[in-house]
Amino acid sequence: MPEPAYRIAGLTKVYGEGRSAVHALRGVDLEIPKGEIVVLLGPSGSGKSTLLNIVGGLDRCSAGTVHFQGQNLTEMTDAQLTRYRRDHIGFVFQFYNLMPSLTAHENVELVTEIAANPMNPDDALAMVGLRERVDHFPAQMSGGEQQRVAIARAVAKQPDVLFCDEPTGALDSTTGRAVLQVLKDVNEKLGATVLIVTHAAAQAAMADRVIHFADGNVRDVVVNRKKMTPEEIEW
Amino acid sequence: MVSPLDHKLLRDLMRMKGQVLAIGMVIAVGVMMLVMMSGLVTSLNETRSTYYDRYRLADIFAPVTRAPERLLPRLAAIDGVGVVEGRVQGSALIDLPGTDLPVQAQAVSLPDLRDPRLNAVYLTDGRMIDSDRSDEILLLQSLARAHDLHPGDRLVATMNGARRTFRIVGLAQSPEFLYTTAPGEMVPDDARYGVIWMSNSALSAAYDMDGAFNEVLLALSRGAKEAAVLAAVDRILGPYGGLGAYPLADQTSNRFITEEIGGLEAAAVGVPPIFLGVAAFLLYIVISRMVQAERTEIGLMKAFGYTNAEVGAHYFKMVLLIAVGGAFVGCLLGIFAGGAMVQLYTAYFKFPFLVFQLEPSSFIIGVLVSVLSASAGGLFVLGQVFALTPSAAMRAPAPPDFSRTGEIGRALNLLLDQPSRMVLRRITRQPGRMAGAVIGIACGMALSVSMLTIYVGFDRTIDLTFDVVDRSDVTVSFTTAVSDKTIYELQRMPGVTLVEPIRIVPTVLRSGRYSYRGAIEGIPKDARLYRAIDSALSTIALQQGGITLSSSLANILHVAPGDILTVEVREGRQPVLNLPVRGVAESLLGSPAYMDMEALNRVLREPGRVSGAYLAIDSGQADAIYRALQDMPTVAGVSLKADARNAFKVLMDTGAGAIRYVMGAVAFVITFGIVYNSARIAHAERARDLASLRVIGFTKGETAFVLLGELAAVTLIALPVGAVLGYYLSFGIAAGFSTDLYQIPAIFDPGSYGFAALVVIGAGLTSGWLVKRDIDRADLVSALKTRE
Ligand SMILES: Nc1ncnc2c1ncn2[C@@H]1O[C@H](COP(=O)(O)OP(=O)(O)O)[C@@H](O)[C@H]1O
Ligand SMILES: [Mg+2]
Repeated sequence: MPEPAYRIAGLTKVYGEGRSAVHALRGVDLEIPKGEIVVLLGPSGSGKSTLLNIVGGLDRCSAGTVHFQGQNLTEMTDAQLTRYRRDHIGFVFQFYNLMPSLTAHENVELVTEIAANPMNPDDALAMVGLRERVDHFPAQMSGGEQQRVAIARAVAKQPDVLFCDEPTGALDSTTGRAVLQVLKDVNEKLGATVLIVTHAAAQAAMADRVIHFADGNVRDVVVNRKKMTPEEIEW
Repeated sequence: MVSPLDHKLLRDLMRMKGQVLAIGMVIAVGVMMLVMMSGLVTSLNETRSTYYDRYRLADIFAPVTRAPERLLPRLAAIDGVGVVEGRVQGSALIDLPGTDLPVQAQAVSLPDLRDPRLNAVYLTDGRMIDSDRSDEILLLQSLARAHDLHPGDRLVATMNGARRTFRIVGLAQSPEFLYTTAPGEMVPDDARYGVIWMSNSALSAAYDMDGAFNEVLLALSRGAKEAAVLAAVDRILGPYGGLGAYPLADQTSNRFITEEIGGLEAAAVGVPPIFLGVAAFLLYIVISRMVQAERTEIGLMKAFGYTNAEVGAHYFKMVLLIAVGGAFVGCLLGIFAGGAMVQLYTAYFKFPFLVFQLEPSSFIIGVLVSVLSASAGGLFVLGQVFALTPSAAMRAPAPPDFSRTGEIGRALNLLLDQPSRMVLRRITRQPGRMAGAVIGIACGMALSVSMLTIYVGFDRTIDLTFDVVDRSDVTVSFTTAVSDKTIYELQRMPGVTLVEPIRIVPTVLRSGRYSYRGAIEGIPKDARLYRAIDSALSTIALQQGGITLSSSLANILHVAPGDILTVEVREGRQPVLNLPVRGVAESLLGSPAYMDMEALNRVLREPGRVSGAYLAIDSGQADAIYRALQDMPTVAGVSLKADARNAFKVLMDTGAGAIRYVMGAVAFVITFGIVYNSARIAHAERARDLASLRVIGFTKGETAFVLLGELAAVTLIALPVGAVLGYYLSFGIAAGFSTDLYQIPAIFDPGSYGFAALVVIGAGLTSGWLVKRDIDRADLVSALKTRE
């Protein structure tokens, strides 16, 4: 097994307190290998997004450790976390989260501007097949197009790790396959570790590794011996 | 390359342009006010001192009964005296064809064959007098203008009892006579008082002053001690009937100008900060809510790895653009408005030229206050958002909890339709935001209320002065204090219904280090035409053996009833008396001091003397009465209350008080800006909700109601709050407008409150209409598609 990108131990997250407390993560122990495509599967509310947000440095945990390149994320200051996200991480959100007042090109630029080793924004948009739409505003694009801009934005900084929370959740399957293809390309061309949260079990077929999540913890981890390309997948 | 954040900035500003403009406008008028007022004050002060310097206005004036010219070198030798000039001056009456009453004037000598060393005149028309020709005079330009007199015209005047005809060869102005009033009157009136300049030889002949003078002008040398010089002058002139030397600060015209500029200065110091404060508060609220609305975007930027400083800088740029933009426009407007106002005031003060100067600190203060308050609003919210993790910031804030509406709510729910319920819930469930909006609009209401009550305060001052304090029709002043038999003479005139004497004695009042050069007015017992009144407007019975001060004078002298005043009489034997303060009277015009007339005459040891009279007359016989008065040799001047009232009104509408109209306009602009902004913010925050309502089938009207109902409710709550704020604010503003010359009371005037409420409601309706247009035009699909 290759050297892990993340080593997660005893990760716990509790929202709220007292009787209304929600235990979103209940002591997760997990290793995520470098350079792999990892798919996180599980029912809604099982804590997948919570895990992604904490590992991606967007949120804080209640207990446990997350090691990335020898550093413990859970002990970092806000400024260090910002640095971590800026230098290493790309995000793709379920609801795209584009800046409404920026064009596709500018939305990508927003990230390349502060990245250490960015791609040309036009190349990133070309990768997702949006070379023609660079000057359009989010309101002028379909959901699939917006999501592809969001992916271009995430990959343009050439991140070490790409976190995608239900990237195809709001898309039809044809558009979804195109999006997954882009994620696969990023993994292959940039060597980025890609973590995809989905509830479409079929998508697990493109992963190197599949983590089944339930009730705030890992149920099992399956290594996928027979990887399929996104085109081959039906859901 | 322009950074994408700058693109975002510009597009956001464009998207919110209505609101940005409204905020910018509020800042602009706040800053404009500051720049205009301080520029005005600086310019007037500079112009005045330049004028004084250029025409060599004296530092000390010393009237004397009759002193020989050989005294001048002795005066010049006083330590600290730079320049000395002796001159002759006296009172005169000018007969103008077509006027009821003779015009009072002061005749002043100009040296033969040379320029005056002090108190030079500025020739506006014609030429200087030829000292060989004793009938040549210069006339004060303002009087000439009022009566359409020109060089070459003839003028008939009575001097020292002799009637003579003069030739006007030129018109002139002088820094000494910027403000001129007839003796015994408070308010200047160009048409009813004048100055005649004549050659020294001619005037000396007219007043039997050959080889002598009856006034000395002195200029101090650098570092001179004024008090010591005054004392030395008094010592030298004492044997010759010196009436007490006084400094420029006590000179009538200068005191008036100082008061007027002081009034502007007080208004400049006191009022613009209130306006700017309101603007700053609004800015704080608006910017904080604008940033609040950007919460998701902030979370997103943070998720990408933008640091707090970078995100902060982005919003700070936005704040800076709006605040600096507004302040910049405000500065330009201020320069423009200040320039226009200075021109008006230059004409009003009769300055022959204008030194226009701006006060640089006002720019800096204006820009700083705007930027700081806007930044504070932005920083406050940014701090809150930064405290959240990016994932929390990106989640839309949890919907406010509308579940706990309570029993009353449930009962109301049965009565209200769905949109009304939405309005009610939003107001009750987001009290913080609603309070911000209410306070904002209340500030606007308060500004309007206080400015409107100030207008009423000015009218009240006029009414009190001319209807309550003084109920006479005509005032007569005598050449000197005469026997009270003259009063019977007046009483016997047909048409005169009531005559009441008055004894006016020029004095200097002192208490510790405070002093006031003015007069004591002796009022007879049971006077009905001219009285001292208390704050409840009832007559004060003047107590024997003491002095009653107007409240403004009590303030100047820092005394209260029971304190002892030193009274230096500047007439007759010039006794120095110690008199206790017996009471304090309400007075809105001037700073009078009252005594019982008999008591006053007793302490002066001049029983039965009167110096003037108040008359009530039958208006049908007015002309006959005026003619009869003119024929009385003891009468020095006659003034009609109607004229005085008019002059006072003009003074208040053109002098320092005139600025209130500019301020009123600014108050309304700010009020509108605030209300409009409140509507805009509410709309921006709810655009998605409103679009959703439309999508599920609500009509445009119902949708607009949800928003406008909220605006209406907030406005209605703001009205009483603003009324209370305005009540307290009006005291501050009234104090700012009050001067030694007149006091403006803060009044509770229901009409003003009603009108201010109408202004706010009007602003609410206009804003509601503007916002409703946008709701109607909203593109439903894009409203729902973006942001999430
Ligand atoms: N901000 C939050 N406050 C309270 N509870 C939350 C919050 N976010 C998530 N949860 C709860 O934590 C659990 C896990 O949520 P999440 O990680 O979003 O699940 P998933 O992504 O697997 O659907 C859920 O029960 C959810 O209700
Ligand atoms: Mg999720």
